[in-house]
Amino acid sequence: MFEVMDVEILARVQFAFTAAFHYIYPPLSIGLGLILVIMEGLWLRTRNSLWHELARFWTRVFALTFALGVASGVVMEFEFGTNWATYSRYVGDIFGSALAAEGIFAFFLESSFLAVLLFGWNKVGPRMHFFSTLMVALGAHFSAVWIIVANSWQQTPAGFHIVGEGLAARAEVTDFWAMVFNPSTVDRLCHTVSGAWLAGAFLVMSVSAWYLLRARHVAFAKAALKVALPVALVAALLQLVTGHHSAVGVARYQPAKLAALEGHYPDGPAGMWLCGWVNDAEETVSGVQIPGLLSWLVRYDANAEITGLDAFAKEDRPPVNLTFQCYHLMVVCGALIVIVSVGGVLLWWWRGRLFDHRGALWVLVFAVALPQIANQTGWFAAEIGRQPWIVYNLLRTSDALSRVVTAQQVLASLLLFALIYSLLFVLFIYLLNRRIQLGPAAREERL
Amino acid sequence: MTEFFTATLGLNLNLVWFVLVGVLFTGYAVLDGFDLGVGVLHLFIRDDGQRRLMLNTIGPVWDGNEVWLVTGGGALFAAFPNVYATVFSGFYLAFMLLLAALIFRAVAIEFRDQQPQGWWRRTWDFAFGLSSLVVALLLGVAIGNIARGIPLVVGDGGEIEYAGGFFNLLNPYALAVGALAVTLFALHGGLYALLKTEGELHEKLRRWILPLFIAVAMSYALMNWLAMPVVSQMENSPLFMVAVAINCGVFICAFIAMLRQRYFIAFLSSCAFIVTLMVLFGLGMFPNLVISPGALPGAPALDMYNAASSQRTLAIMLVITLIGMPLVLTYTVFVYRVFRGKVQLDGHGY
Repeated sequence: MFEVMDVEILARVQFAFTAAFHYIYPPLSIGLGLILVIMEGLWLRTRNSLWHELARFWTRVFALTFALGVASGVVMEFEFGTNWATYSRYVGDIFGSALAAEGIFAFFLESSFLAVLLFGWNKVGPRMHFFSTLMVALGAHFSAVWIIVANSWQQTPAGFHIVGEGLAARAEVTDFWAMVFNPSTVDRLCHTVSGAWLAGAFLVMSVSAWYLLRARHVAFAKAALKVALPVALVAALLQLVTGHHSAVGVARYQPAKLAALEGHYPDGPAGMWLCGWVNDAEETVSGVQIPGLLSWLVRYDANAEITGLDAFAKEDRPPVNLTFQCYHLMVVCGALIVIVSVGGVLLWWWRGRLFDHRGALWVLVFAVALPQIANQTGWFAAEIGRQPWIVYNLLRTSDALSRVVTAQQVLASLLLFALIYSLLFVLFIYLLNRRIQLGPAAREERL
Repeated sequence: MTEFFTATLGLNLNLVWFVLVGVLFTGYAVLDGFDLGVGVLHLFIRDDGQRRLMLNTIGPVWDGNEVWLVTGGGALFAAFPNVYATVFSGFYLAFMLLLAALIFRAVAIEFRDQQPQGWWRRTWDFAFGLSSLVVALLLGVAIGNIARGIPLVVGDGGEIEYAGGFFNLLNPYALAVGALAVTLFALHGGLYALLKTEGELHEKLRRWILPLFIAVAMSYALMNWLAMPVVSQMENSPLFMVAVAINCGVFICAFIAMLRQRYFIAFLSSCAFIVTLMVLFGLGMFPNLVISPGALPGAPALDMYNAASSQRTLAIMLVITLIGMPLVLTYTVFVYRVFRGKVQLDGHGY
């Protein structure tokens, strides 16, 4: 038993670590992809070389995030089999087809046209280049679709039946479209993609604001802000709507997760904590709460009864405080993102003051961290809140491991990934910073 | 839909997916094979300009080529989840090394040109070359072990698990297949780079091709010599013998084309050689995907029936493939056309 516990904890830490590292890059690729499409589209329409320069510069940043996304993404695909073999046998019939569809529809599209995007500036015409950029962005969005389909099926399984019993049980598809459009897919996809747009837009805003503060590449930076700010505003507002819809879905389909998000123990009307700390042993939360808000948000009635954690056996509850803290950190960042986006756009449109308001520009420089933190903590809340299930109410995480893999092996691979990913992260930050310092003027990007 | 494929068309969906998974991994071997080979040869080139030219021969295509591996892995997961689970968890440490090597290859090619200093470039060049070599070696060793058979046990839920350790994988036969993978990909990459280069680098590569041919022939002979007891039960199959004959034929064809300096023919022959090797591997395994050593009757094995997903999933995936593969082939051809011809250092590559 002790041995099994060790493997489970190590395998979960490894998966969480490799997924969290990976999840820095694809959202940036999706968000920057959209922004590149807009910039190149503007260049095609206006033939103003400023847009061309912007597209060239942000393509170089895109290449860096894409390379790290590819490198850390292959790991994810193999890890289901290496560390979660029992899970792989259980869900192969369902999860596998989504993963294969991702390869065929998303990755091939993305990687083929990426070649033209990066290396084809003088090999194809501007229209063809724009088309390639569009295809890369589309491929990046498609890859989000299929992985969210697979993950959402784990949250709210649908369109399947179970064959076999005990250790030999596995899920098989009965209705493909019910599986794809399971109850949480659409909400979670929209929520994740708008989070990705925010990640891209806030990076562009941060770099541009920094250029303006340093009075470097001023026209270039202003143009970039004019593209990124509207994207951020739309995504931030979309984030509110999709976040709300996701919560309503969680209330209906994953009541234990919803209760854990707000540390809600006995059944009854539930409030929302602005901040707080859960004492899981005594089943209390200390902090500041708005009573009735959760009931009102998910049932449109402040007195509506919400199922509490007490309705679930202890072994069927997620780790409450961790879920709670991740969720609330996401909500706080989400609120700040809305304030920054709306405030930025207002300063720009209403007074036209944004570009020389140093305080606002400094806020934009540091706000780059907000979508990153929100994306990570939101993902953690979704995944930790699903525990102790790997497939909600069907398969426990502790039953999903590879039976032949030992704790020592997982420890060795975990150390390997910790080492490699730390190195890559330091290099990524260093090279990103260097790209920003060099700026758009560095015409000969390949030294 | 399932009925349409199975009853109306009379298709054996398990067989279709046995072949399609093979096609995806063969596509990977042919396409990323030359990328890996260019990486191995890159280790032996000293001049920075020539190294950049080597990288530029594969720069626009290597990433798309690696997707064949990713999609092959996804297809294996979807079509034969038991194989995916058993092999990936069984070969745990080997796969972790493979992942580390794939990571380093992907980032090395992107990082090297970001700084002009010599030490920076040499470090990433070495990482790129070494990781290409390690990927080729590990994939070869993995295929060698699958062909030879691995110790298997039946678990409590009827699942079939790998019963060996990391060092069981390092047997002479599997290592010989690993050596063949490294030398063959180096030759394949060399022929590809010959097509894409000119001048001094082209001449250098030209001098390397004959030794590479000899190295491939030697590791091929070594593998076959070690394999004799393993494959003896297949020698009576005429189909197998025909495939062996074609396999040897295209190798000789590649050799003659090389001597006549017809490098495009030589490269195509080397593609055909890799394809026929994979066909031989598939014929040798059929209908199994994972076997015990010696494939004794009654020993645990995963075949295309007991390892497979439901008929419905196999049918759904076939629809996805029929829609997706023509698109994939279209834009693969498009990209190779855009980047056809010799590579130059023009500030748009590495």
